[in-house]
Amino acid sequence: MKSSAGWLAALAACWVMHFFVQDYSRSYYFLIFLYAGINIVLAVSLNLVNGVTGQFSMGHAGFMSIGGYVSCYLITQLFQRSPALFEGPLSMPIFAGALVLGGIAAAIAGYLVGLPSLRLKGDYLAIVTLGFGEIIRVILLNVDAVGGARGLGGIPNLTSFGVVYTCVIVTVFCVWRIIRSAQGRALLAVREDEIAASAMGVNTTRSKVSAFVIGAFFAGIAGGLFGSWLTVLTPQTFDFNKSFEIIIMVVLGGMGSVSGSIVAAIFLTIIREALRPLQDITKLDFRMIIYSLMLIVLMLTKPRGLFGSRELVKEKELA
Amino acid sequence: MKKRSVVRVFVGIALISVAFTGCTKTKSKVCDLSAGSDTNVIRVGEVGSMTGSEATFGVSTHEGIQLALCQANAAGGVKGKKFVLYSLDDQSKQDEAAAAMTKLITQSKVDAILGEVASGISKVMAPIAQANKVPMITPSSTNPDVTKIGDYIFRVCFIDPFQGYVMAKFAKENLKAKKVAILQDHGSDYSVGLAKFFIETFTKDGGEIVLNQSYNKNDVDFKSQLTAIRAKAPDAIYIPGYYTHVGLIARQARELGVTIPLMGGDGWDSPELKSIGGAALNNSYFSNHYSAEDKSPAVQTFLKEYKETFGKTPDGLAAMGYDAARVLADAMNRAKSLSNTDVRDAIAATVKFEGVTGKITIDKERNAVKPAVVLRVDNGEFKYQSTIHP
Repeated sequence: MKSSAGWLAALAACWVMHFFVQDYSRSYYFLIFLYAGINIVLAVSLNLVNGVTGQFSMGHAGFMSIGGYVSCYLITQLFQRSPALFEGPLSMPIFAGALVLGGIAAAIAGYLVGLPSLRLKGDYLAIVTLGFGEIIRVILLNVDAVGGARGLGGIPNLTSFGVVYTCVIVTVFCVWRIIRSAQGRALLAVREDEIAASAMGVNTTRSKVSAFVIGAFFAGIAGGLFGSWLTVLTPQTFDFNKSFEIIIMVVLGGMGSVSGSIVAAIFLTIIREALRPLQDITKLDFRMIIYSLMLIVLMLTKPRGLFGSRELVKEKELA
Repeated sequence: MKKRSVVRVFVGIALISVAFTGCTKTKSKVCDLSAGSDTNVIRVGEVGSMTGSEATFGVSTHEGIQLALCQANAAGGVKGKKFVLYSLDDQSKQDEAAAAMTKLITQSKVDAILGEVASGISKVMAPIAQANKVPMITPSSTNPDVTKIGDYIFRVCFIDPFQGYVMAKFAKENLKAKKVAILQDHGSDYSVGLAKFFIETFTKDGGEIVLNQSYNKNDVDFKSQLTAIRAKAPDAIYIPGYYTHVGLIARQARELGVTIPLMGGDGWDSPELKSIGGAALNNSYFSNHYSAEDKSPAVQTFLKEYKETFGKTPDGLAAMGYDAARVLADAMNRAKSLSNTDVRDAIAATVKFEGVTGKITIDKERNAVKPAVVLRVDNGEFKYQSTIHP
C-alpha cells in the first residue's frame, strides 16, 4: 500500500500542474512538453518489448497508428453527431474511453502479429514487424472511411497536459511493476537465455506475446494522444521512420532501463527543437546533421545507452 | 583519448559549417531578411520542407518568398516598416510542422504565415493559425479542405479540382484523346485528388478511362503497371504524381515502347525532372501555375531578378512563393492597420492582383481564382502550350 502513495502523488501533481499550465496550452514550450510525454509513452512501451524481453520489434509506429486511428475515428464520429457532448465535463471520460478502445485495438493487432511471428528471433522478427508496420500504413491509405491518403481530419483537440501525463504515469507504473513481477522476471529470463528459461518452466511464447500485446496497447494510446493533438492524422506520418525514432530513444536510453527511456525521450524531443536556432545562425539547415552526429557520438562513447540497464532510482523506493 | 576525439569531431563540424556558410553567401545575392535589433518591423513566418521528401519544393518556395520580401523592403517596406523573415524546416513531417508553427506564432510573434507546399502539412498548420488568429497564406497547397479550416487561411494557387479539370479539358480538346489510362500515387493526398477530378471531368464529356493503376511512394519499378496500361492501348496516360516518380515512370514507359503522351500536374515542376527523366519525357504535358515563356512584364521582371539573385530559372513553386509574399505585402499596404483582423480582411479583398502566376482574385472560400497554363516538356525545357481559364 505504501509504495502506491508515490504514484498517486505523482498523478495528483500532474493534475495540479494541468490547471496551472492550461492557460499556456498554445505556447511553444507546452507543445514540446506534450511531445515529450507522448514520446515517453512510446519509448517506455517499446522498451518492454525490445529492451526487457529482447524481441527486436520495428513495428511500433504501426501499433501507434492503429490506436490513433481507432480512437480518433471514434471521437470524430461522436463529435460530428453531438458536438455538445464535448463542451461539458464529459469530454474527458469520452476521450479516456476512446483512448482505451484504441489501445485495445492495437493490443489485438499486437496479439495477431505476435502469435505467429514471435517464433522468429532477432533479425527475422525485426523484418516481420517492419513489414507489419508497412502493411498497416498501406491499409490505412486505402480505407476511405478514415480518409485514405487525404487523412482523417476534423478530430476534436482533447489532448491536454493532464491527459498526456496521466498516460505517462500509468504507462511507467505498469511497465515498472511488470518488470518487477514474476511475469517480468520471466521476460528478463527470455531475453537472457530462451532455452534456459524454457527449461526452467517459463512459457516463453506466452511471455513474449504478452510483452508484445502490452507494448502495443500503450503505443495505441500514444497514437490517440498524438492524433487528437494534431487534429489531423495521415498514414504517411506512421512510416518506418517513426518506428526508428522510437527505437533510437530506447537504444539511446539503454535497453531495459525505464528511466533511460524516459530521459532519452525527453532529451531527443527537446534537442530537435533546441537545435532550431542553428538554422538562423548558419543560414543552412544543419539541424538534422548535428542531431544525427550527436547520436553517433553518444553511441560511440556510451555503447550501452545512457543508462545501460540501470535505473535512476533504487528499486526499493518505487517497488 | 576518447574525450579528445569527441572534441575533434565537434571542431570538424564547426569547420565544415563555416565553410558551407561561406559558400552560400557568395553564391546567392539575396538581401538580409534576418531580424536585427530593429523592432519596428513586420515579421513574416515561413514553414517549409527544406530537408524532407519534397525538399526542392520547399527550397524553391523559400527563394521566391525571399525575393518578394527583399523587393518590398527595397521599395521602402510597408507602412514604414521593413519585412523580416523567420523560416523553419518541417522535414515534411506533421508533428515537426506543428512545432515550427507554434514556435513562429508564440515565440517569434509573427504577423503572418506563409506555407506549406504540401496540403497534408498545411492542414496541421491551419488550425494553429486559426486558433491564434494569425493570417496564413499557403503558396501551393491545392487540396480544397485546407482553406475550409477557417477565415484566416488563404491560398494563392488554384485547387485540385481545377487542375484535374484543366488536364481533362486539354486531353480532350488539344490532344483529341478519347481513351486515357491513369497512374496515380495511392499514398499521396494530392495525386489521388487530381486523379479523381480528372476522371470526373473527362468521363462527363464522353471520354473513357480505360485503366486506373496506382503505385506507392517508395516504388522504383513501374513496369507491371505500364505493361497493363500498354495492353489497353490508351491515347494518353495521366500521371498526377511528383517529379521523383514521374521521371522514372517516363523512362520505363519509353523502354516498354509506350510512346503516347504523358500528362500530369504541377508536381512535375522541378529542375530535377530533367535529370531523372531525360529525353523520355518528350511529348509530355503538365498543368502549371505559370510559364517562364510568358512575355508579360510581371513575369519577365520576376525571371530577371530571380536569375540575378539565385543564378537559375525559377520553377512554378518559386513563382507561387513569390506571389504569396507579394499578395501579403499588397494586402498589408491596403489594410487599415497591421492588426491581424485588418490584414485578414485586406487579403480577402484581393481583386485581380497582378501576380506572376496570373491575375489573382480571392473568392469567398478564400481560394485564388486564376487561369492555369499547360506546358510541354521538350528535352528538359518546359515550353508554353496553352492557357486554360476557369
